[in-house]
Amino acid sequence: MTPVILLTGFLGSGKTTLLQRLLRHPSMEGTAVLVNEFGEVGLDHHLLDQIDENVVLLKSGCICCTVRGEVADALANLHSMRTRGEISFERVVIETTGLADPYPVLQTLTAHPVLRSHFSNGGVLTTVDTVNADIQVTHRAEAVRQIAAADRIVLTKTDLAAPQEEEALRQRLLRVNPAANIITSMSSVETILADFGPLSFFTSSKSATQNHICGPGCGHDAPTKCDSLTDQHRHHDETFGVTSFSLEIEGGIDWTMFGTWLTLLLHKYGDRIFRVKGILAIEGEALPIAIHGVQHLIHAPTHMDHWPKGMDQSGSKSSHLIFILEDIEPEKIRRSFHAFMNVDTVKAAAR
Amino acid sequence: MCSLCGILGCDDHWTNAVVRPGVYTRNHDTLARRTETARRLKSANAVLSFRRLKLDVWQGRSYVVASPTGASSVFEALSHLWPEAEALAGREFDPLDDTFIEWMEGQALS
Repeated sequence: MTPVILLTGFLGSGKTTLLQRLLRHPSMEGTAVLVNEFGEVGLDHHLLDQIDENVVLLKSGCICCTVRGEVADALANLHSMRTRGEISFERVVIETTGLADPYPVLQTLTAHPVLRSHFSNGGVLTTVDTVNADIQVTHRAEAVRQIAAADRIVLTKTDLAAPQEEEALRQRLLRVNPAANIITSMSSVETILADFGPLSFFTSSKSATQNHICGPGCGHDAPTKCDSLTDQHRHHDETFGVTSFSLEIEGGIDWTMFGTWLTLLLHKYGDRIFRVKGILAIEGEALPIAIHGVQHLIHAPTHMDHWPKGMDQSGSKSSHLIFILEDIEPEKIRRSFHAFMNVDTVKAAAR
Repeated sequence: MCSLCGILGCDDHWTNAVVRPGVYTRNHDTLARRTETARRLKSANAVLSFRRLKLDVWQGRSYVVASPTGASSVFEALSHLWPEAEALAGREFDPLDDTFIEWMEGQALS
């Protein structure tokens, strides 16, 4: 499977600059690049052309409604060319237009009958303009979705912002997406790419607890006291209009009923659940399963070969689920989850 | 694909990706596969009974959901379950609806 990294971020947030840096790095050798642009003339294409010959420009602009077929065609074409021996590459980077919701591209990778056998989600990298983030996120829903879909957020233009502004933004971004690692574009390419992928939240050296920012609603004074993502642990950002919360479930859960519940929840509320991500302890299984989804889409769950540090303390296995929601009351999700998981299937079906 | 009726038996729902005998589409262990299917039916039927619907296996490879009046609908993959069930019931299944949650809580293991 060839990983596909999705590079997204709002207009002018520094996606192309970051991509140029990444592509120059030796570890990114063998990368095919798809560039999607909104506008008559694709300038980014020319900027990148010098770096990598496998650049395909998707011409029709807005990736969210028109280009899905083009993304699929471009990826299928790359695959065909590689099979014929005309080109070789080990990974693909798709740079989306700044106005794109990342969800359709991720869905294309999962749902396309050919692509899903050859390409996998390599993670979503989102650039956020430190100076203008507040204005962009307040006025454009796409910017929130890009942040919510991110596995790693790269803050750009940090040299133009005051340190306290950057720190405030970091905390707000974590309230929107507690499952993302946040770094700055000043970091080395090695740092930006270290352990990067859809499961980087669970597999990177930073554990889930370290990445957690406590606010006034947490009941903790400092992040160091926040040693678990507890049931109903939630954060709400008024300006971004997004709530994130985590659910911790002790003991193993019934995978089949969980699947029934989550499928129904996403069927009904997928457009308002920007992200669901978690590690599940499954009844009858020794090792956890990681799941991650964006809106209506759940990627194929991943079997982990070990428990992440700090999540299997004293042998008591527990599941952690993180939700990023818009206009949904977290308490309802918690209650619904427990109602489904505790149901007596024989009693219920006897109705 | 079943050569008799042309039904594609490719249930590629994400819940299939769990290490358990009987889950994978390409699994040829009939007994394990049927055990897994029975487990799914049990879970889904516990929820569907809220609207008095019932899910069953159709031809061993697809699913059929039926109403108490006998109306039924055949579909291939679990991802189609909820749209089909809602169409058949004429009402929605809202997992966050208070009435629905209260009903589910009333069916809890004692």
